[in-house]
Amino acid sequence: MSQIEFLQQLINGLSLGAFYALIALGYTMVYGILRFINFAHGDVFMLGAFGGYYLTPRIMPHFAGNLAPVGVVVVLLLTMILCALIGMVIERLAYRPLRSRPKLTVLITAIGVSLLLEYGGQFVFGADPKPYPELITDRALENTGALTITTTQVAAFVVTFLLLIALTLIVKRTKLGMAMRAVSNNATAASLMGINIDTVVSFTFGLGSALAGAAGILYALSYPSIDPLMGLLPGVKAFVAAVLGGIGNIPGAAVGGLILGVVETFVGGSAFSTYRDAIAFALLIGILLFRPAGIFGKAQVEKV
Amino acid sequence: MGLLDLQKCTVRFGGLTAVSELNLSLEPNDLMGLIGPNGAGKTTVFNIITGVYQPSDGQITFEGKRLAGLRPNVVTSRGIARTFQNIRLFPTLSVFDNVRAAFNLRLRHGALHAVTRTRSFYREEGEVDRQVRELLDIFHLGKCCEVGCTGLSYGDQRRLEIVRALATRPKLLLLDEPAAGMNPREKDDLMKLIQFVKEKFQIAVLLVEHDMKVVMGICQRIAVLDYGIKIAEGTPAEIRKNPKVIEAYLGEEPVLL
Amino acid sequence: MKYRHAKKFALLAAIILAAVASYFSSAINSYYLQVLIFIGINVILAVSLNLINGYTGQFSLGHAGFMAIGAYVAAWLSTEHGAGLLKAFGGTNPFAIGALFILVLLGGGLAAAVAGLIVGVPSLRLKGDYLAIVTLGFGEIIRVVIQNTDAVGGPRGYSGIAGYTTLFWTWAIAALTIYLVVSLIDSTYGRGFLTVRDDEIAAEACGINTTRYKVIAFVVGAFFAGVAGGLYAHSTTYINPSGFDFQKSIEIVIMVILGGMGSTAGVAAAAVLLTVLLEYLRFVSGYEWLPELVRRIAQNRMIIYSLVLIALMLLRPQGLFGALPRRRSTRISKPAVDPLA
Ligand SMILES: Nc1ncnc2c1ncn2[C@@H]1O[C@H](COP(=O)(O)OP(=O)(O)OP(=O)(O)O)[C@@H](O)[C@H]1O
Ligand SMILES: [Mg+2]
Repeated sequence: MSQIEFLQQLINGLSLGAFYALIALGYTMVYGILRFINFAHGDVFMLGAFGGYYLTPRIMPHFAGNLAPVGVVVVLLLTMILCALIGMVIERLAYRPLRSRPKLTVLITAIGVSLLLEYGGQFVFGADPKPYPELITDRALENTGALTITTTQVAAFVVTFLLLIALTLIVKRTKLGMAMRAVSNNATAASLMGINIDTVVSFTFGLGSALAGAAGILYALSYPSIDPLMGLLPGVKAFVAAVLGGIGNIPGAAVGGLILGVVETFVGGSAFSTYRDAIAFALLIGILLFRPAGIFGKAQVEKV
Repeated sequence: MGLLDLQKCTVRFGGLTAVSELNLSLEPNDLMGLIGPNGAGKTTVFNIITGVYQPSDGQITFEGKRLAGLRPNVVTSRGIARTFQNIRLFPTLSVFDNVRAAFNLRLRHGALHAVTRTRSFYREEGEVDRQVRELLDIFHLGKCCEVGCTGLSYGDQRRLEIVRALATRPKLLLLDEPAAGMNPREKDDLMKLIQFVKEKFQIAVLLVEHDMKVVMGICQRIAVLDYGIKIAEGTPAEIRKNPKVIEAYLGEEPVLL
Repeated sequence: MKYRHAKKFALLAAIILAAVASYFSSAINSYYLQVLIFIGINVILAVSLNLINGYTGQFSLGHAGFMAIGAYVAAWLSTEHGAGLLKAFGGTNPFAIGALFILVLLGGGLAAAVAGLIVGVPSLRLKGDYLAIVTLGFGEIIRVVIQNTDAVGGPRGYSGIAGYTTLFWTWAIAALTIYLVVSLIDSTYGRGFLTVRDDEIAAEACGINTTRYKVIAFVVGAFFAGVAGGLYAHSTTYINPSGFDFQKSIEIVIMVILGGMGSTAGVAAAAVLLTVLLEYLRFVSGYEWLPELVRRIAQNRMIIYSLVLIALMLLRPQGLFGALPRRRSTRISKPAVDPLA
């Protein structure tokens, strides 16, 4: 593999990893708070893609010419808000009533919600793949030498980066963010200190789902064909990314996503390309066996 | 050499040293108390003896053999049984099955016999059945064999946990705060029960307990932990007078009387 | 005392019943026959998964993967080596075919059992949702590997498998599976599975080797899933990798949950019920007089699965047939209201 090829694969891998990172953040935050894997998270990502699909033709005409970038931001933000609401509704209706039940009950419910979104999505949107509208023109940048970098890749990087900064600020600087960290540390103590757990959980779901929604749009711009089952695989892979980085750890999820994206792209470009989709799982099994706490996580011993 | 020997055992959880260079020794048929304020490291001592955690430093020998690296179930098969501070019965099993489960380590028959149901399988099952009932009868739990164990009263659950531990036929029994949550009468019964168990089954008992009346009443020797360090060891009378112990329990002095 | 040999007699009776039913199977409409065979296969799948998920309390989402291995290995054995083996057994008489079929099914089951061993090992260190994802991952890996194996047709599927599966084999093996699991659990040794589910730390403290129980549950569970796969392959005579995907795993999980995890009778009943219901839905989607909406939902079994799962968890987590669990928190030191428990 030449140096150029290597760099090219790296760039492709990082841009794929950016999607995984955005989705992984939602998994990690929810896990940090509730210690449970929100199986349906990948499907919120799918809903984000569909949100963009339906909003684009309704919003973009109002932002012609120079205003187009504003239109893009509006579509992105509206989709994120929509997904945040969906995430919060799911939590309220399906997970909250079960919060004091065994973890397995919640997990099974989450699987149910995931299936409902996927196949309900088939029901509502139709099962056939849909071509994605060109929200931004996808073309290669000039002056990049032998490398190909596309506008959608740049958009993915920029948006992911900005969202990461925003998230960090929210978690570190705002009152709700502080409450999130407190609940994640010790929920009982936090609730005794007057923190409203319900609000924090709701907020966390909203935040994670908004990021997944953004990822959905960006992903669909790069792979412009969407269908209701599209969330399953990226969802599970993003979960792997979250575990890779150490579940519950926000920067870890971002790094884990990037690593997974790169590894997958390199495998996809190798002789083992047909095993591409199995790589994430192999990686997951490897980590859980040899370093279950992930790269940045701390090992925890069950108190007896 | 004693039954159980802890030599310079240390346990660290990250920055916290829960147990520090602890030496402790038990003879067969001893009844020893282990006391100390909350968070002193008593349960942690139980956990390193039973293999739930490994000590960061030091070594533990039981009947002259080292326990390092053994899994908890192996430690149990060597002859150490325990109860838990927060009762840990098998919630979906009946009283009978809770005790029956503890016969597991002495079973001669495995999966294959269970499905072929040979005559010798039935013989062993019958034998287990008899012994379980016998044990439960000794502790007056025989009448609630088929009851779900969570249906028992709190004191009965504690007793059932002791019966379950005894069913593994230990040489050493570790009891973690058995009197917690009991009323004075139940505590009196418990004291009698512990002494009875020690005599009847000829075993050593290591007792962690906050209730001084119980500890002082039945233990031959008592070790005191404070912040993971053993600050005293001796007979109940010696411990009662020890200034270091009184200081560790400052403010709780009345209970020591 | 209960009559000792009741279980063995029940098994014998079930096998005779299967033989009698099979004898008359030529009189049964071939569609119904197929449904009856699927019922048997699903009972095997659900009862074996129940050993892992219900009795041992592990959460496996990869049962279809084990089934796939059994199906492919058995199909490959009978297709590639069937003729030679038949000759060795003395021609094409029913007994030779029966012996061959048993051998082939055992081969598939053993291959799946090996896979179960490989999956069981990580289960030793993982719990709950992590284990669920890892087993899901294993299932997917198995599928991807099959897709990449040309010897068994890769993504095109594997066709031309001999149609050895009869009502007799399916039901007899289903009865055997039920017998084995029930008699295993109904013993002092078998109670060990339940203690692993209830409280691993307490189980270890009672001298129970939880590691061994978990691995045995996975190996035995996988073995029977593999046998079920073999029966399936020799019934449909054509298999392809996508028939053993996540959806199939979910279907089996739903049978177990519906039946009430840890109740073999309930789970077997749920497997029968669900299989019949799904077939019935095919008709429903054809009933012209029903509103379009209902017919379309009836066509999409996954929507129904998802609604069943959610409704069950919210309203009746112990399953349709399960008794109310006596599970109550016994951890006294925990605060009574643990917001995140
Ligand atoms: N798994 C663990 N991880 C981190 N810290 C732990 C763990 N187990 C115990 N500790 C800490 O070790 C110290 C000793 O705990 P331990 O449970 O042994 O105390 P104890 O003497 O049994 O107290 P109590 O009387 O309250 O039961 C405590 O500060 C406790 O928080
Ligand atoms: Mg303690």
